[in-house]
Amino acid sequence: MPKITYIEHNGSEHVIDVKSGLSVMEGAVKNNIPGIDADCGGACACATCHVYVDAAWTDKTGAKSAMEESMLDFAENVEPTSRLSCQIKVTDQLDGLVVRMPESQH
Amino acid sequence: MTETNPGVVIVGAGHAGGTVAALLRQYGFEAPITLIGEEPIPPYQRPPLSKAWLKGEADAESLALKPSEFYAEVGIELILGVKVGAIHPAEHTVDLLDGRTLSYAVLIIATGARARALPIRGADLRGVLSLRSAADAEALKAALGPGKRLAVIGGGYIGLEAAASARALGAEAVIIEREPRILARVACKVLSTFFTDYHRARGVDFELGAMVEALEGDGGHVSGVRLASGQVIPCDVALVGVGAPPNDEIAAAAGLECQGGIVVDTHARTSDPDIFAIGDVSHRPLPHYHRSFRLESVANALEQARQAAAAITGRPAPPHEVTWNWSDQYDIKYQFAGVPFDVDDILVRGDPASGKFAVFHLTGDVIQAVEAINAPAEFMAGRQLIGQRRPISRTRLADTTISMKEVAA
Repeated sequence: MPKITYIEHNGSEHVIDVKSGLSVMEGAVKNNIPGIDADCGGACACATCHVYVDAAWTDKTGAKSAMEESMLDFAENVEPTSRLSCQIKVTDQLDGLVVRMPESQH
Repeated sequence: MTETNPGVVIVGAGHAGGTVAALLRQYGFEAPITLIGEEPIPPYQRPPLSKAWLKGEADAESLALKPSEFYAEVGIELILGVKVGAIHPAEHTVDLLDGRTLSYAVLIIATGARARALPIRGADLRGVLSLRSAADAEALKAALGPGKRLAVIGGGYIGLEAAASARALGAEAVIIEREPRILARVACKVLSTFFTDYHRARGVDFELGAMVEALEGDGGHVSGVRLASGQVIPCDVALVGVGAPPNDEIAAAAGLECQGGIVVDTHARTSDPDIFAIGDVSHRPLPHYHRSFRLESVANALEQARQAAAAITGRPAPPHEVTWNWSDQYDIKYQFAGVPFDVDDILVRGDPASGKFAVFHLTGDVIQAVEAINAPAEFMAGRQLIGQRRPISRTRLADTTISMKEVAA
């Protein structure tokens, strides 16, 4: 199973095995990792699963849809590597992915 | 915490109850947590039941809030398939209907709401369904498919989503609504018209301003919906979606203040300081609007779960959120935020005919609520502006050549 490293804003690291096919958001929420709220459960409706994708991985995590782009536009502390983690599907190619959480999702 | 601390008991293992249990552990709470649910399965997400799940695009595993082993791993005791019969605030105990009595230091009531039943003849026929639980959704899905006809009683979100999902499954659908327009209680006329047209274009029939008199049966199974006009709408399955009253009876019986839901403060605390109430069952303050209201949404359940978990663990209270919700029908992403209290008028940004627009509800130049169709920027900016309570320029808001970023700047 692909391993994903989630780093909280305070620096706490969580290395989690996430099944291919789940989203990066689901990997965090199902393992009770703090820092990703995902209020809408992955419908791309709320922008509370915001993460920063490690620069080495931005190519592999794919492009943002127009919907995701618009939602992110209004999230707090957005950076060029910002993504909504519900929109990144986990595949074997993402084994080793590192994402960091923003200070707050609300 | 001493070993004799009975910890937190949560009554109701829905989205709110499941979330507050997990959050308490996430926030470092170490005393026992007991989560009691009436349904036989661990907490799961309800929104997909009328959307992705009904269409077969999500499975049971993806519905679950947490994997089933999670609860044992973090020390949350799950008691499933059992109802709570009574709360005794003075004794700090709850009685379960299986005969057990549990002690609590802190109680969280998250009993949600239930589908309102129709008090009419034939409501007990087989094939007359409601949609609240996974079991309800299983029954509905099993009844839908090519050649089947679904009659939805009640033109609210559940009914519209179910109709859209039924069409995706190849079934016919008709929506019967008492009011002259659908979504009459929850959305503006512009939205009602938009959704009616969108559904009609995809083969859904409407009976508006129609009173349902009875459900007709054939061999004990529903066969049609009889209207007050005498007309009978034939169907193979009827879905009743006419609102959801709060399950606040055990709270009221225990002497907690209730008024169409359990009254709570901004920390989700009830009139008893050791009892919290969260989610659909609560009647809560809306600080942005200086009044109280009962909200029925996941966003509300999660916000109150955060409030209660923070209060119980002594963390700072989370910021007040602007309430919001969403609905998926066909390829429409509908997002709405705020509540249209004391509204002077509405302002439509964009052309509804284009399938991408937003309706802003204004008091003077302050936005009270926004309803956005395939318009995430309008939703997100609108939600922020509602929270800020500051006036905007109507001219700029109406001008789609000016981006929402600039409007909100």
